[in-house]
Amino acid sequence: MSLLTPVLSAHWDEKDSFTIEGYKRNGGYQAAAKALAMDPDALIQLVKDSGLRGRGGAGFPTGMKWGFIPQGDNKDHYLVVNADESEPGTCKDMPLLMANPHVLVEGVIIAAYAIRAKNAFIYIRGEVTHVVRRLNQAIADAYKAGYLGKNVFGTGNDIDLVLHIGAGAYICGEETALLDSLEGFRGQPRLRPPFPAIAGLYARPTVVNNVESISAVPAIVTNGAEWYQSMGTEKSKGATLYSLSGHVNNPGQFEAPLGITLRQILELAGGIRNGHKLKFWTPGGSSTPLFTDEHLDVPLDYEGVSAAGSMLGTKALQIFDETTCVVRAVLRWTEFYKHESCGKCTPCREGTWWLVQILRDLEEGKGSEADLQKLLDLCDNIMGRSFCALGDGATSPITSSIKYFRDEYIAHVKGRGCPFDASKSTLFAEAK
Amino acid sequence: MTTLANTATEVTPVEMITVVIDGFEVTVPKGTLIIRAAEKLGIQIPRFCDHPLLDPVGACRQCLVDVEINGRAFPKPQASCTIPVEPNMIVKTQLTSDVADKAQKGVMELLLGNHPLDCPVCDKGGECPLQNQAMSNGNAESRLTGYKRTFEKPINISSQVLLDRERCVLCARCTRFSTQIASDPFITLNHRGALQQVGIYENDPFNSYFSGNTVQICPVGALTGASYRFRARPFDLVSTPSACEHCASGCDMRTDVRRGKTLRRLAGDDAAVNEEWNCDKGRWAFKYVTSVDRLSQPLVRNAEGILVEASWPEALAAAAAGLKGKRAAVLTGGRVTTEDAYGYAKFARIALKTNDIDFRARVSSAEEGDFLAAKVAGNFGVHYSNIDSADQILLVAFEPEEESPIVFLRINKNFKKHGLKVTSIATKGSIAMDKLKADFIKVAPGSEAAAVAGVALTAKSVILVGERASESAGLISAAVALAEKSGAKLAWIPRRAGERGALESGAFPTLLPGGRPVADSAARVDIAAAWGVDSLPATPGRTTHQIIEALGNQELDSVVVGGVDAHDLLHSGKALNALKNSFVVSLEIATSSITDVADVVLPVAAITEKSGSFLNWEGRARSFDAAVSESLNRSDVRILSALADAMGESIMLGTVSATAREIAQLGKWDGARAPFVPVAAGSAPSVSGDQAVLTSWRRLLDMGTMQRGEDNLAGTRRQTVAVISEKRAATAGVATGDQVRISNANGSITLPVLVEDIHDDAVWIPRNSFGSQALTALDAVHGELVTVVKA
Repeated sequence: MSLLTPVLSAHWDEKDSFTIEGYKRNGGYQAAAKALAMDPDALIQLVKDSGLRGRGGAGFPTGMKWGFIPQGDNKDHYLVVNADESEPGTCKDMPLLMANPHVLVEGVIIAAYAIRAKNAFIYIRGEVTHVVRRLNQAIADAYKAGYLGKNVFGTGNDIDLVLHIGAGAYICGEETALLDSLEGFRGQPRLRPPFPAIAGLYARPTVVNNVESISAVPAIVTNGAEWYQSMGTEKSKGATLYSLSGHVNNPGQFEAPLGITLRQILELAGGIRNGHKLKFWTPGGSSTPLFTDEHLDVPLDYEGVSAAGSMLGTKALQIFDETTCVVRAVLRWTEFYKHESCGKCTPCREGTWWLVQILRDLEEGKGSEADLQKLLDLCDNIMGRSFCALGDGATSPITSSIKYFRDEYIAHVKGRGCPFDASKSTLFAEAK
Repeated sequence: MTTLANTATEVTPVEMITVVIDGFEVTVPKGTLIIRAAEKLGIQIPRFCDHPLLDPVGACRQCLVDVEINGRAFPKPQASCTIPVEPNMIVKTQLTSDVADKAQKGVMELLLGNHPLDCPVCDKGGECPLQNQAMSNGNAESRLTGYKRTFEKPINISSQVLLDRERCVLCARCTRFSTQIASDPFITLNHRGALQQVGIYENDPFNSYFSGNTVQICPVGALTGASYRFRARPFDLVSTPSACEHCASGCDMRTDVRRGKTLRRLAGDDAAVNEEWNCDKGRWAFKYVTSVDRLSQPLVRNAEGILVEASWPEALAAAAAGLKGKRAAVLTGGRVTTEDAYGYAKFARIALKTNDIDFRARVSSAEEGDFLAAKVAGNFGVHYSNIDSADQILLVAFEPEEESPIVFLRINKNFKKHGLKVTSIATKGSIAMDKLKADFIKVAPGSEAAAVAGVALTAKSVILVGERASESAGLISAAVALAEKSGAKLAWIPRRAGERGALESGAFPTLLPGGRPVADSAARVDIAAAWGVDSLPATPGRTTHQIIEALGNQELDSVVVGGVDAHDLLHSGKALNALKNSFVVSLEIATSSITDVADVVLPVAAITEKSGSFLNWEGRARSFDAAVSESLNRSDVRILSALADAMGESIMLGTVSATAREIAQLGKWDGARAPFVPVAAGSAPSVSGDQAVLTSWRRLLDMGTMQRGEDNLAGTRRQTVAVISEKRAATAGVATGDQVRISNANGSITLPVLVEDIHDDAVWIPRNSFGSQALTALDAVHGELVTVVKA
């Protein structure tokens, strides 16, 4: 299994991996102790040097984000961890937090110290009560151990960490909507500028990072930037969690260096479910344009996926085999976006409303070929016209599926309905 | 009289930036948004959420344009309402960019997708930004043929504002106005996606004094005013620029009339005064003009003592007979226009040969009289712009949100944008003080003056003195002293629209028009010459209180009363009695307790039926034309002129415009003014047991005569309560919601209690609200002892 590089997931198979004892047994909290003895600017430089990029989807260099926080401004700084994982298909942060919550807590301590924040927040989606409980326990244990609170590690630094539970809106994963929600307002994206680094939470300089980005920091502190750089590709350094789901024999989390291909991961996962073949897949959740079996060898790093016409996103590899109706899958996703559109801007709010109706008609065989053109044109009027990326994401499955599976749409029109047996794409055993 | 010339305020040079929009260069100040720079070139970029007085939000996405800076183009079109211009910026709007044009058409199609096609029955149809811009920047046909979002319609978000949710384009102008401008965040967007909607909180309707502005800035027909809904089509209305008659803020207005009937009034645009806003009273309180008790025919009391209709010649003759050669005076109120006040002033001097005239149909004092003559009349040195640039505002016996709402909005603007420090010397805290985070100097009623000296101000500060300052001895003197010591500007803000104009017009016992002192012989000669009379009465006249006293003592025989409500006067019972026993000529628009006791009643025009002007608190002229052309423009001054003719003492003021010309020709007095003689600071009476010191002021929405007939507006009044402190509540054994009785020798008022931030010695009641008319029930308003007990 040399392809895998388990760091975050190295000890998930130990039955007490989520406890503070289990975490410390494997060297936990030594990175924080080391970091707190360092100069904060050196820490920022270390993270810059490591090449770590945001794991929430956009891939913005983490160290650079930290460096944007104006220092010596006599203002409170805040660190906010985005744990509002709600993208369809994305399932990396929640397993990580279940199995290894302390790595995030330790990362928070280091990051807060680096950006001179005395207060850090984790914004987690409200539906995952089991994860909330586990994370709360981890935070409480860290307080008890003196790693959080006043005078952490006896260094004279104060770092408080608050776990905030969202109410289950997808838009709150957008960083400025998250900040609004955290402040107690309705979650809707804010106008930028000002960017969070200048005026974020409570209008103070704020870093918003994904769970996985912050969790990667302790290992970087322990092993150094060079170690991290040694993994991955030229511009996409390090290792990351690939979440494989859908029609595969062994779905799950695969922690591997950036640049691995789906073909390699599928081999590790025992392949597509027996007797079937790959039809399409998402490289990073439903907001990233679909790939097909043409793309099995695309290197799954930021540049490779982008060059192939999609986005690495959250590395949520959802696998669909030939039993799946792409129109139906895209309709379900679009219904999700319609349901989750916050309503702030016209293209996303109104666009998703109409996209669903047109797709539903197509799926039910009531559409026409002209509807495809209408869909594409509506997507063109939404993509890049909406306030935040939610609207852009809503168009990705539609435009990419029409690009690769136009014939299948036409078949729905010509056949006056869906040519697929929907039950075949389920994971239940087939009736003999 | 004067209008304001360019007021010299410090102008700091701003950096100018030149950008290219659609191939044309335009130079604008740094910070200007692209959409605004384009307007300067006459390029109209379609928009909904954008409003020049609200913070940018970028929500509707209608104003997308292509932008390039330093040769680098943005990869996608940008919202021109959110991006300030930068050097080397090249903008391509829908006129020159196919991408921008398609983006705008695409957004427009989506906006219309869920919008009902009910334009033919929608109040906004014909003046609708969505309708207009759909024509100018939309596709002729929609491709969206599915089902539209629907809602139950309409819903009342207050008694006067209705919401048709399916029409809403969710631009958030209304919610942003309420939060950013009025600081009344009572409406907010609820739910999400296409089902997002404007909503109110569960237990709090949209009871903002400024709610009507949301109706006006709504770019579709989603928000409508209950009183105008389904009343007219915009293209059937005749619009006339007008001015608001309700308070001294001086809002620019527009009056819309259909077939001789006023259907709607809107806030006009005047950047120097009301910007684009007004208050709900100014917007909706106009039904009094058409109320059932409007007078249309002159009335004369016959031999049986009954008022009967009479012809104009009969009535004028009867009035002249009762006035000519008699010891007569004039009582006029702050409600009349500058021209009418001038008519009363000239009528008193020429026809009645007296200086017994006073516009202060309210509680007033000799200290105030001296102050107005010495410091206010002819002094036009403080403006809204001083509020904008102030480092601190001191409110003295002035509750801006209740008594001059646009002044409140301007203070709030500076507070919100620059953190303006506001200090208020008052007996009771208020909603406005909370909104402004004001430093509240809490005093007992009557002891205000002593608190003034302790406030530290600078030459950039502004002291705003309300008319209620006359109710506390020495308070005006203390404010004058503070202004002199600190160099701060001092402005007097009366509550009524006509007071400043009446003061400048000489409807005042010690002043002739233009601030000329009666006591100054040169001033008298000045005016006598202009008026073509030999001389003018030289004795300074009686004040309102003294006139009523004199009528009661038979020292005066007759009185001309115009625009006065008896219930605004102290000792109103006594006043009505005195009027009953005198010869009274009443000029009124509707029947009142004064017309009831009058001997001759002469009907006059209401504000929308006549032309004229007011001077707002700044002294700025706010002129208007008759909006209802069918009326006879029968302004008070025309009637007075006819009456003077009937008495054989012509005042030659046959029309409003002639009057305005005469006022302008007189100009203002440049001679010496009477010195201001300070009055010693008063103190609050000491209280014991159930005793409390009364304090009160008027609410914006109350029982005012000019709010009659508008029930929707009345529905948003603030609750009538008696306010006492926590300590007093504990002593009296009451809590918020319980009833208390406030009483003195004259009567009592029973009200629910509100425990709030108020001086322990004080009890506050609204001065003229339903269930709480301090003047008629208690014959007291401020600084007098009452008892407060649990009812």
